[in-house]
Amino acid sequence: MSVERTVEAVWRLEAARIVAALARLVRDVGLAEELAQDAVVAALEDWPVTGIPANPAGWLMTTARHRAIDRLRRDDRLKDKVAQLGRGLKDHEDEYDLDGDDLRDDLLRLIFMACHPVLPTESRVALTLRVLGGLSTGEIARAFMVPEPTVAQRIVRAKRALVGKSFDTNREEQLPSVLEVIYLIFNEGYTATAGDEWMRPELTHEALRLGRVLAGLVPHEPEAHGLVALMEIQASRTAARVDRQGRPVPLLEQNRGRWDPLLIRRGYAALLKAEKAGPPGPYVLQAAIAACHARARRAGDTDWATIAALYGALRTLTPTPVVELNRAVAVAMADGPEKGLEILDGIDGLRDYHLLPSVRGDLLAKLGRTEEARAQFARAAELTRNGREREALRRRSHSLGRHAGDQSAG
Amino acid sequence: MRFLMTMNGGGPAADEQLYAEMGRFIEELAATGVLLATGGLAMEGSHAKATGGRVSFTDGPYAESKETIVSFALLDVRSKEEAIELSRRFWAIVKDGEGDIRQVYGPE
Repeated sequence: MSVERTVEAVWRLEAARIVAALARLVRDVGLAEELAQDAVVAALEDWPVTGIPANPAGWLMTTARHRAIDRLRRDDRLKDKVAQLGRGLKDHEDEYDLDGDDLRDDLLRLIFMACHPVLPTESRVALTLRVLGGLSTGEIARAFMVPEPTVAQRIVRAKRALVGKSFDTNREEQLPSVLEVIYLIFNEGYTATAGDEWMRPELTHEALRLGRVLAGLVPHEPEAHGLVALMEIQASRTAARVDRQGRPVPLLEQNRGRWDPLLIRRGYAALLKAEKAGPPGPYVLQAAIAACHARARRAGDTDWATIAALYGALRTLTPTPVVELNRAVAVAMADGPEKGLEILDGIDGLRDYHLLPSVRGDLLAKLGRTEEARAQFARAAELTRNGREREALRRRSHSLGRHAGDQSAG
Repeated sequence: MRFLMTMNGGGPAADEQLYAEMGRFIEELAATGVLLATGGLAMEGSHAKATGGRVSFTDGPYAESKETIVSFALLDVRSKEEAIELSRRFWAIVKDGEGDIRQVYGPE
Protein backbone atom coordinates (compact mmCIF):
# COMPACT_ATOMS: atom_id res chain seq x y z
CA MET A 1 0.00 0.00 0.00
CA SER A 2 1.34 3.35 -1.01
CA VAL A 3 3.19 5.36 1.61
CA GLU A 4 1.53 8.52 0.38
CA ARG A 5 -1.95 7.18 0.97
CA THR A 6 -0.94 5.98 4.42
CA VAL A 7 0.46 9.38 5.32
CA GLU A 8 -2.72 10.98 4.07
CA ALA A 9 -4.87 8.56 6.06
CA VAL A 10 -2.92 9.12 9.26
CA TRP A 11 -3.02 12.85 8.70
CA ARG A 12 -6.77 12.84 8.20
CA LEU A 13 -7.24 10.77 11.35
CA GLU A 14 -4.91 12.87 13.49
CA ALA A 15 -4.92 16.38 12.04
CA ALA A 16 -7.27 17.85 14.61
CA ARG A 17 -5.38 16.48 17.58
CA ILE A 18 -1.93 17.35 16.25
CA VAL A 19 -2.89 20.90 15.36
CA ALA A 20 -4.71 21.25 18.67
CA ALA A 21 -1.71 20.16 20.72
CA LEU A 22 0.65 22.38 18.72
CA ALA A 23 -1.70 25.32 19.02
CA ARG A 24 -1.43 25.06 22.76
CA LEU A 25 2.36 25.14 22.49
CA VAL A 26 2.75 27.98 20.03
CA ARG A 27 -0.49 29.81 20.81
CA ASP A 28 -1.30 30.40 17.17
CA VAL A 29 -3.59 28.30 15.02
CA GLY A 30 -1.98 29.33 11.75
CA LEU A 31 1.52 28.51 12.92
CA ALA A 32 0.32 25.26 14.43
CA GLU A 33 -1.19 24.17 11.14
CA GLU A 34 1.98 25.05 9.22
CA LEU A 35 4.14 23.07 11.65
CA ALA A 36 1.80 20.11 11.35
CA GLN A 37 2.03 20.32 7.56
CA ASP A 38 5.84 20.39 7.83
CA ALA A 39 5.67 17.12 9.72
CA VAL A 40 3.51 15.62 6.97
CA VAL A 41 6.05 16.69 4.37
CA ALA A 42 8.80 15.13 6.47
CA ALA A 43 6.82 11.88 6.66
CA LEU A 44 6.39 11.83 2.89
CA GLU A 45 10.15 12.18 2.54
CA ASP A 46 11.29 9.78 5.29
CA TRP A 47 8.81 6.92 5.37
CA PRO A 48 9.48 5.62 1.85
CA VAL A 49 13.08 5.23 2.98
CA THR A 50 12.81 4.20 6.63
CA GLY A 51 9.49 2.40 6.35
CA ILE A 52 6.22 3.29 8.02
CA PRO A 53 6.87 3.74 11.75
CA ALA A 54 5.20 1.49 14.32
CA ASN A 55 3.30 4.49 15.67
CA PRO A 56 2.72 6.79 12.70
CA ALA A 57 0.53 9.24 14.63
CA GLY A 58 3.14 9.53 17.37
CA TRP A 59 5.84 10.09 14.78
CA LEU A 60 3.92 12.97 13.23
CA MET A 61 3.23 14.51 16.62
CA THR A 62 6.81 14.25 17.80
CA THR A 63 8.19 15.61 14.54
CA ALA A 64 5.78 18.50 14.64
CA ARG A 65 6.76 19.31 18.21
CA HIS A 66 10.44 19.32 17.23
CA ARG A 67 9.62 21.81 14.52
CA ALA A 68 7.66 23.87 17.03
CA ILE A 69 10.71 24.05 19.27
CA ASP A 70 12.97 24.99 16.38
CA ARG A 71 10.60 27.75 15.41
CA LEU A 72 10.26 29.07 18.94
CA ARG A 73 14.04 29.01 19.45
CA ARG A 74 14.30 31.57 16.70
CA ASP A 75 12.13 33.86 18.75
CA ASP A 76 14.24 35.21 21.64
CA ARG A 77 11.26 36.19 23.71
CA LEU A 78 10.19 32.60 24.00
CA LYS A 79 13.42 31.03 25.32
CA ASP A 80 11.73 29.99 28.54
CA LYS A 81 8.97 28.28 26.70
CA VAL A 82 11.56 26.37 24.68
CA ALA A 83 13.21 25.10 27.84
CA GLN A 84 9.79 23.90 29.03
CA LEU A 85 9.04 22.18 25.78
CA GLY A 86 12.45 20.59 25.55
CA ARG A 87 12.03 18.99 28.97
CA GLY A 88 8.58 17.73 28.09
CA LEU A 89 9.79 16.27 24.85
CA LYS A 90 12.54 14.18 26.44
CA ASP A 91 10.02 12.53 28.73
CA HIS A 92 7.61 11.48 26.00
CA GLU A 93 9.85 10.93 23.03
CA ASP A 94 7.67 8.44 21.16
CA GLU A 95 4.53 8.63 23.22
CA TYR A 96 1.42 9.99 21.70
CA ASP A 97 -0.96 10.93 24.44
CA LEU A 98 -4.15 9.45 23.01
CA ASP A 99 -6.17 9.97 26.12
CA GLY A 100 -5.80 12.70 28.68
CA ASP A 101 -7.81 15.73 29.56
CA ASP A 102 -5.15 17.99 28.10
CA LEU A 103 -5.91 16.69 24.66
CA ARG A 104 -9.64 17.11 25.10
CA ASP A 105 -9.15 20.68 26.20
CA ASP A 106 -6.77 21.39 23.33
CA LEU A 107 -9.24 19.98 20.85
CA LEU A 108 -12.09 22.04 22.25
CA ARG A 109 -10.01 25.16 22.10
CA LEU A 110 -9.10 24.50 18.50
CA ILE A 111 -12.72 23.87 17.53
CA PHE A 112 -13.82 27.14 19.06
CA MET A 113 -10.94 29.03 17.46
CA ALA A 114 -11.63 27.63 14.02
CA CYS A 115 -15.29 28.62 14.37
CA HIS A 116 -14.55 32.00 15.93
CA PRO A 117 -17.42 34.42 15.28
CA VAL A 118 -14.99 37.17 14.31
CA LEU A 119 -14.31 35.22 11.11
CA PRO A 120 -16.71 35.38 8.16
CA THR A 121 -18.70 32.17 7.77
CA GLU A 122 -16.96 30.85 4.70
CA SER A 123 -13.60 31.32 6.43
CA ARG A 124 -14.80 29.44 9.47
CA VAL A 125 -15.97 26.62 7.24
CA ALA A 126 -12.71 26.47 5.30
CA LEU A 127 -10.51 26.66 8.39
CA THR A 128 -12.59 24.04 10.20
CA LEU A 129 -12.36 21.60 7.32
CA ARG A 130 -8.66 22.27 7.07
CA VAL A 131 -7.47 21.98 10.67
CA LEU A 132 -10.19 19.74 12.09
CA GLY A 133 -10.91 17.62 9.07
CA GLY A 134 -7.44 17.58 7.58
CA LEU A 135 -8.82 18.34 4.13
CA SER A 136 -6.51 19.90 1.58
CA THR A 137 -7.26 23.27 0.00
CA GLY A 138 -8.08 21.48 -3.25
CA GLU A 139 -10.52 19.12 -1.56
CA ILE A 140 -12.30 22.01 0.17
CA ALA A 141 -12.46 23.93 -3.11
CA ARG A 142 -13.98 21.00 -4.99
CA ALA A 143 -16.50 20.40 -2.21
CA PHE A 144 -17.80 23.96 -2.35
CA MET A 145 -17.28 24.41 -6.07
CA VAL A 146 -15.13 27.51 -5.70
CA PRO A 147 -11.65 28.05 -7.11
CA GLU A 148 -8.76 26.75 -5.04
CA PRO A 149 -7.05 30.17 -4.68
CA THR A 150 -10.30 31.49 -3.17
CA VAL A 151 -10.21 28.84 -0.48
CA ALA A 152 -6.51 29.38 0.11
CA GLN A 153 -7.17 33.09 0.61
CA ARG A 154 -10.00 32.45 3.03
CA ILE A 155 -7.74 30.24 5.13
CA VAL A 156 -4.86 32.72 5.07
CA ARG A 157 -7.14 35.56 6.09
CA ALA A 158 -8.70 33.46 8.81
CA LYS A 159 -5.32 32.59 10.28
CA ARG A 160 -4.31 36.22 10.22
CA ALA A 161 -7.51 37.36 11.88
CA LEU A 162 -6.97 34.87 14.70
CA VAL A 163 -3.47 36.07 15.59
CA GLY A 164 -3.55 37.36 19.13
CA LYS A 165 -7.11 36.20 19.77
CA SER A 166 -7.43 34.68 23.18
CA PHE A 167 -7.59 30.91 23.29
CA ASP A 168 -9.80 31.03 26.33
CA THR A 169 -13.05 31.62 24.57
CA ASN A 170 -16.45 32.00 26.14
CA ARG A 171 -17.73 28.60 25.16
CA GLU A 172 -21.33 29.14 26.19
CA GLU A 173 -21.56 32.17 23.96
CA GLN A 174 -19.67 30.72 21.04
CA LEU A 175 -21.16 27.26 20.90
CA PRO A 176 -23.89 28.41 18.49
CA SER A 177 -21.20 29.56 16.09
CA VAL A 178 -19.57 26.12 16.16
CA LEU A 179 -22.88 24.35 15.65
CA GLU A 180 -23.71 26.67 12.79
CA VAL A 181 -20.46 25.87 10.99
CA ILE A 182 -20.90 22.14 11.39
CA TYR A 183 -24.51 22.22 10.19
CA LEU A 184 -23.55 24.41 7.27
CA ILE A 185 -20.98 21.85 6.16
CA PHE A 186 -23.57 19.12 6.58
CA ASN A 187 -26.14 20.93 4.49
CA GLU A 188 -23.64 21.70 1.78
CA GLY A 189 -23.20 17.98 1.36
CA TYR A 190 -26.77 16.98 2.07
CA THR A 191 -28.57 19.23 -0.36
CA ALA A 192 -26.38 18.15 -3.24
CA THR A 193 -28.26 15.75 -5.47
CA ALA A 194 -26.90 12.53 -6.90
CA GLY A 195 -24.48 12.87 -9.74
CA ASP A 196 -22.72 15.85 -8.22
CA GLU A 197 -19.07 15.99 -7.25
CA TRP A 198 -17.98 12.94 -5.27
CA MET A 199 -16.92 15.21 -2.44
CA ARG A 200 -20.45 16.09 -1.46
CA PRO A 201 -21.32 13.00 0.60
CA GLU A 202 -17.89 13.42 2.14
CA LEU A 203 -19.01 16.77 3.52
CA THR A 204 -21.99 15.14 5.17
CA HIS A 205 -19.71 12.60 6.78
CA GLU A 206 -17.18 15.21 7.81
CA ALA A 207 -19.89 17.20 9.54
CA LEU A 208 -21.29 14.12 11.23
CA ARG A 209 -17.91 13.11 12.54
CA LEU A 210 -17.14 16.60 13.77
CA GLY A 211 -20.52 16.78 15.43
CA ARG A 212 -19.99 13.43 17.14
CA VAL A 213 -16.57 14.52 18.36
CA LEU A 214 -17.96 17.81 19.68
CA ALA A 215 -20.85 16.11 21.47
CA GLY A 216 -18.33 13.84 23.15
CA LEU A 217 -16.29 16.84 24.29
CA VAL A 218 -19.22 18.89 25.61
CA PRO A 219 -21.66 16.21 26.79
CA HIS A 220 -23.45 18.68 29.07
CA GLU A 221 -24.64 20.75 26.10
CA PRO A 222 -28.05 19.60 24.83
CA GLU A 223 -27.69 21.44 21.53
CA ALA A 224 -24.50 19.58 20.63
CA HIS A 225 -26.37 16.28 20.97
CA GLY A 226 -29.37 17.80 19.22
CA LEU A 227 -27.29 18.73 16.20
CA VAL A 228 -25.82 15.23 16.02
CA ALA A 229 -29.29 13.70 16.31
CA LEU A 230 -30.59 15.93 13.53
CA MET A 231 -27.69 15.08 11.23
CA GLU A 232 -27.81 11.34 11.92
CA ILE A 233 -31.53 11.18 11.14
CA GLN A 234 -31.27 13.35 8.05
CA ALA A 235 -28.31 11.32 6.82
CA SER A 236 -30.36 8.16 7.32
CA ARG A 237 -32.53 9.20 4.38
CA THR A 238 -29.69 9.56 1.86
CA ALA A 239 -30.56 6.47 -0.18
CA ALA A 240 -34.23 7.43 -0.44
CA ARG A 241 -33.83 11.11 -1.25
CA VAL A 242 -33.21 10.88 -4.96
CA ASP A 243 -34.86 8.67 -7.54
CA ARG A 244 -33.08 6.81 -10.32
CA GLN A 245 -33.18 9.85 -12.54
CA GLY A 246 -31.49 11.88 -9.86
CA ARG A 247 -34.60 13.88 -9.06
CA PRO A 248 -35.20 14.78 -5.41
CA VAL A 249 -37.98 12.78 -3.73
CA PRO A 250 -40.02 14.70 -1.13
CA LEU A 251 -39.94 13.33 2.40
CA LEU A 252 -43.52 12.08 2.37
CA GLU A 253 -42.99 10.17 -0.87
CA GLN A 254 -39.71 8.49 0.06
CA ASN A 255 -39.40 4.73 0.27
CA ARG A 256 -38.84 4.38 4.00
CA GLY A 257 -37.47 0.90 3.54
CA ARG A 258 -34.37 2.63 2.23
CA TRP A 259 -33.86 4.74 5.35
CA ASP A 260 -30.83 3.56 7.30
CA PRO A 261 -32.01 2.14 10.63
CA LEU A 262 -28.52 2.27 12.12
CA LEU A 263 -28.30 6.03 11.69
CA ILE A 264 -31.87 6.51 12.88
CA ARG A 265 -31.08 4.58 16.04
CA ARG A 266 -27.98 6.67 16.58
CA GLY A 267 -30.15 9.75 16.12
CA TYR A 268 -32.56 8.58 18.81
CA ALA A 269 -29.65 7.85 21.15
CA ALA A 270 -28.26 11.33 20.63
CA LEU A 271 -31.68 12.85 21.20
CA LEU A 272 -31.95 10.98 24.49
CA LYS A 273 -28.60 12.38 25.57
CA ALA A 274 -29.82 15.84 24.61
CA GLU A 275 -32.95 15.46 26.70
CA LYS A 276 -30.91 14.32 29.70
CA ALA A 277 -28.49 17.22 29.33
CA GLY A 278 -30.94 20.07 29.68
CA PRO A 279 -33.77 22.09 28.16
CA PRO A 280 -34.11 21.83 24.38
CA GLY A 281 -32.79 24.43 21.98
CA PRO A 282 -33.55 24.82 18.26
CA TYR A 283 -31.39 21.87 17.15
CA VAL A 284 -32.92 19.53 19.68
CA LEU A 285 -36.42 20.55 18.57
CA GLN A 286 -35.57 20.09 14.91
CA ALA A 287 -34.09 16.70 15.75
CA ALA A 288 -37.25 15.76 17.64
CA ILE A 289 -39.27 16.66 14.55
CA ALA A 290 -36.98 14.53 12.39
CA ALA A 291 -37.36 11.70 14.90
CA CYS A 292 -41.15 11.95 14.62
CA HIS A 293 -40.90 11.37 10.91
CA ALA A 294 -38.40 8.56 11.42
CA ARG A 295 -40.75 6.77 13.81
CA ALA A 296 -43.55 6.58 11.23
CA ARG A 297 -43.34 3.38 9.20
CA ARG A 298 -45.35 4.98 6.46
CA ALA A 299 -46.06 8.62 5.70
CA GLY A 300 -49.66 8.04 6.71
CA ASP A 301 -48.59 7.06 10.22
CA THR A 302 -46.91 10.39 10.91
CA ASP A 303 -47.77 11.98 14.24
CA TRP A 304 -48.53 15.44 12.86
CA ALA A 305 -49.99 16.74 16.09
CA THR A 306 -46.69 16.25 17.89
CA ILE A 307 -44.79 17.75 14.99
CA ALA A 308 -47.08 20.77 15.01
CA ALA A 309 -46.51 21.19 18.75
CA LEU A 310 -42.74 20.92 18.25
CA TYR A 311 -42.82 23.61 15.58
CA GLY A 312 -44.80 25.70 18.04
CA ALA A 313 -42.02 25.28 20.58
CA LEU A 314 -39.41 26.00 17.91
CA ARG A 315 -41.26 29.17 17.01
CA THR A 316 -40.81 30.60 20.51
CA LEU A 317 -37.04 30.10 20.19
CA THR A 318 -36.58 31.03 16.54
CA PRO A 319 -39.66 32.92 15.36
CA THR A 320 -38.81 32.94 11.67
CA PRO A 321 -41.30 32.86 8.79
CA VAL A 322 -39.84 29.55 7.62
CA VAL A 323 -40.56 27.90 10.95
CA GLU A 324 -44.10 29.29 10.80
CA LEU A 325 -44.46 27.91 7.27
CA ASN A 326 -43.45 24.45 8.43
CA ARG A 327 -45.81 24.75 11.36
CA ALA A 328 -48.61 25.57 8.95
CA VAL A 329 -47.92 22.38 7.02
CA ALA A 330 -47.95 20.28 10.18
CA VAL A 331 -51.10 21.92 11.56
CA ALA A 332 -52.81 21.41 8.21
CA MET A 333 -51.98 17.71 8.34
CA ALA A 334 -53.13 17.41 11.94
CA ASP A 335 -56.17 19.71 11.99
CA GLY A 336 -57.16 20.24 8.38
CA PRO A 337 -56.14 22.55 5.51
CA GLU A 338 -58.19 25.54 6.72
CA LYS A 339 -56.22 25.71 9.95
CA GLY A 340 -53.02 25.60 7.95
CA LEU A 341 -54.18 28.41 5.67
CA GLU A 342 -54.99 30.56 8.69
CA ILE A 343 -51.37 30.29 9.81
CA LEU A 344 -50.07 31.01 6.31
CA ASP A 345 -52.17 34.16 6.17
CA GLY A 346 -50.47 35.33 9.33
CA ILE A 347 -46.94 35.00 7.98
CA ASP A 348 -45.14 38.26 7.50
CA GLY A 349 -42.45 38.17 4.89
CA LEU A 350 -41.38 35.33 2.59
CA ARG A 351 -42.91 37.28 -0.28
CA ASP A 352 -40.41 35.90 -2.76
CA TYR A 353 -39.93 32.47 -1.23
CA HIS A 354 -41.37 29.88 -3.58
CA LEU A 355 -42.37 27.48 -0.81
CA LEU A 356 -45.02 29.85 0.51
CA PRO A 357 -47.27 29.79 -2.57
CA SER A 358 -46.34 26.15 -3.08
CA VAL A 359 -47.66 25.18 0.35
CA ARG A 360 -50.65 27.44 -0.06
CA GLY A 361 -51.40 25.80 -3.41
CA ASP A 362 -51.21 22.40 -1.78
CA LEU A 363 -53.71 23.32 0.93
CA LEU A 364 -56.09 25.01 -1.51
CA ALA A 365 -56.00 21.96 -3.78
CA LYS A 366 -56.93 19.76 -0.81
CA LEU A 367 -59.93 22.02 -0.20
CA GLY A 368 -61.03 21.69 -3.80
CA ARG A 369 -60.30 25.37 -4.48
CA THR A 370 -58.64 24.36 -7.72
CA GLU A 371 -58.41 27.66 -9.59
CA GLU A 372 -56.77 29.38 -6.65
CA ALA A 373 -54.42 26.40 -6.17
CA ARG A 374 -53.35 26.48 -9.79
CA ALA A 375 -52.52 30.18 -9.56
CA GLN A 376 -50.42 29.56 -6.46
CA PHE A 377 -48.39 26.80 -8.11
CA ALA A 378 -47.86 28.98 -11.15
CA ARG A 379 -46.57 31.75 -8.91
CA ALA A 380 -44.33 29.33 -7.03
CA ALA A 381 -42.89 28.10 -10.33
CA GLU A 382 -41.98 31.68 -11.20
CA LEU A 383 -40.22 32.24 -7.91
CA THR A 384 -38.05 29.17 -7.65
CA ARG A 385 -34.52 29.26 -9.04
CA ASN A 386 -34.18 25.50 -9.15
CA GLY A 387 -34.91 24.09 -12.60
CA ARG A 388 -36.17 20.76 -11.33
CA GLU A 389 -38.46 22.39 -8.81
CA ARG A 390 -39.87 24.72 -11.44
CA GLU A 391 -40.64 21.73 -13.62
CA ALA A 392 -42.41 19.95 -10.76
CA LEU A 393 -44.42 23.03 -9.81
CA ARG A 394 -45.48 23.69 -13.40
CA ARG A 395 -46.60 20.10 -13.68
CA ARG A 396 -48.77 20.45 -10.59
CA SER A 397 -50.24 23.67 -11.89
CA HIS A 398 -51.11 22.14 -15.25
CA SER A 399 -52.54 18.95 -13.79
CA LEU A 400 -54.91 21.05 -11.71
CA GLY A 401 -55.92 22.99 -14.78
CA ARG A 402 -56.70 19.76 -16.63
CA HIS A 403 -59.10 18.55 -13.94
CA ALA A 404 -60.66 21.92 -13.27
CA GLY A 405 -63.79 20.81 -15.04
CA ASP A 406 -64.15 17.74 -12.78
CA GLN A 407 -64.21 19.68 -9.53
CA SER A 408 -67.20 21.75 -8.62
CA ALA A 409 -65.77 25.22 -8.33
CA GLY A 410 -66.79 26.97 -5.10
CA MET B 1 -17.32 4.75 3.57
CA ARG B 2 -18.17 1.97 5.91
CA PHE B 3 -15.85 -0.86 6.80
CA LEU B 4 -16.57 -3.98 8.78
CA MET B 5 -13.60 -5.08 10.85
CA THR B 6 -13.83 -8.57 12.22
CA MET B 7 -11.69 -10.53 14.62
CA ASN B 8 -11.51 -14.31 14.52
CA GLY B 9 -11.17 -16.78 17.36
CA GLY B 10 -8.59 -19.40 18.03
CA GLY B 11 -6.17 -16.97 19.62
CA PRO B 12 -4.80 -16.84 23.15
CA ALA B 13 -7.36 -16.11 25.86
CA ALA B 14 -7.78 -12.43 26.60
CA ASP B 15 -6.77 -11.26 30.05
CA GLU B 16 -8.17 -8.33 32.04
CA GLN B 17 -5.53 -5.96 30.78
CA LEU B 18 -6.24 -6.80 27.17
CA TYR B 19 -9.95 -6.24 27.66
CA ALA B 20 -9.21 -2.91 29.29
CA GLU B 21 -6.97 -1.79 26.44
CA MET B 22 -9.42 -2.94 23.81
CA GLY B 23 -12.15 -1.13 25.71
CA ARG B 24 -10.12 2.08 25.65
CA PHE B 25 -9.48 1.66 21.94
CA ILE B 26 -13.19 1.25 21.24
CA GLU B 27 -13.96 4.33 23.35
CA GLU B 28 -11.37 6.23 21.36
CA LEU B 29 -13.00 5.17 18.10
CA ALA B 30 -16.35 6.37 19.41
CA ALA B 31 -14.86 9.66 20.60
CA THR B 32 -13.47 10.39 17.15
CA GLY B 33 -16.88 9.84 15.58
CA VAL B 34 -15.71 6.85 13.61
CA LEU B 35 -17.40 3.94 15.36
CA LEU B 36 -20.90 3.11 14.18
CA ALA B 37 -21.44 -0.21 15.93
CA THR B 38 -19.46 -2.89 17.67
CA GLY B 39 -20.06 -6.15 19.43
CA GLY B 40 -18.85 -9.56 20.46
CA LEU B 41 -20.57 -12.58 19.00
CA ALA B 42 -21.95 -15.43 21.06
CA MET B 43 -20.38 -18.78 20.29
CA GLU B 44 -23.84 -20.35 20.58
CA GLY B 45 -25.89 -19.90 17.47
CA SER B 46 -27.08 -21.69 14.40
CA HIS B 47 -25.55 -22.40 11.06
CA ALA B 48 -27.90 -22.29 8.09
CA LYS B 49 -27.40 -24.35 4.96
CA ALA B 50 -29.84 -24.04 2.10
CA THR B 51 -30.38 -25.88 -1.15
CA GLY B 52 -32.99 -24.71 -3.59
CA GLY B 53 -34.74 -22.65 -0.94
CA ARG B 54 -34.89 -25.40 1.65
CA VAL B 55 -32.79 -24.70 4.68
CA SER B 56 -31.52 -26.81 7.52
CA PHE B 57 -30.14 -25.39 10.75
CA THR B 58 -27.33 -26.82 12.80
CA ASP B 59 -27.17 -25.58 16.36
CA GLY B 60 -23.85 -24.40 17.78
CA PRO B 61 -21.71 -23.79 19.65
CA TYR B 62 -19.31 -22.48 17.05
CA ALA B 63 -15.78 -23.73 17.42
CA GLU B 64 -13.46 -20.94 18.51
CA SER B 65 -11.31 -21.45 15.51
CA LYS B 66 -9.23 -19.18 13.34
CA GLU B 67 -12.07 -19.15 10.82
CA THR B 68 -14.84 -18.10 13.19
CA ILE B 69 -15.71 -14.48 13.76
CA VAL B 70 -15.84 -13.57 17.45
CA SER B 71 -16.31 -9.82 17.28
CA PHE B 72 -16.82 -6.92 14.89
CA ALA B 73 -16.65 -3.17 14.57
CA LEU B 74 -18.43 -1.14 11.91
CA LEU B 75 -16.46 1.99 11.08
CA ASP B 76 -17.33 5.22 9.29
CA VAL B 77 -14.12 6.38 7.64
CA ARG B 78 -13.02 8.34 4.61
CA SER B 79 -10.86 5.75 2.89
CA LYS B 80 -9.66 2.17 2.96
CA GLU B 81 -6.30 3.45 4.18
CA GLU B 82 -7.94 4.96 7.27
CA ALA B 83 -9.64 1.65 7.99
CA ILE B 84 -6.32 -0.17 7.64
CA GLU B 85 -4.54 2.31 9.92
CA LEU B 86 -7.21 1.83 12.58
CA SER B 87 -7.00 -1.91 12.13
CA ARG B 88 -3.23 -1.70 12.58
CA ARG B 89 -3.73 0.04 15.92
CA PHE B 90 -6.24 -2.60 17.00
CA TRP B 91 -3.88 -5.46 16.25
CA ALA B 92 -1.00 -3.70 17.98
CA ILE B 93 -3.10 -4.05 21.11
CA VAL B 94 -4.34 -7.59 20.54
CA LYS B 95 -0.91 -8.73 19.32
CA ASP B 96 -1.83 -12.20 17.98
CA GLY B 97 -4.70 -13.25 15.77
CA GLU B 98 -6.49 -12.80 12.46
CA GLY B 99 -9.42 -10.91 11.06
CA ASP B 100 -10.78 -9.05 8.06
CA ILE B 101 -11.42 -5.49 6.91
CA ARG B 102 -14.13 -5.27 4.27
CA GLN B 103 -15.97 -2.35 2.84
CA VAL B 104 -19.72 -2.34 3.45
CA TYR B 105 -21.52 -1.00 0.39
CA GLY B 106 -23.84 1.86 1.16
CA PRO B 107 -25.88 4.71 -0.27
CA GLU B 108 -22.94 7.03 -0.81
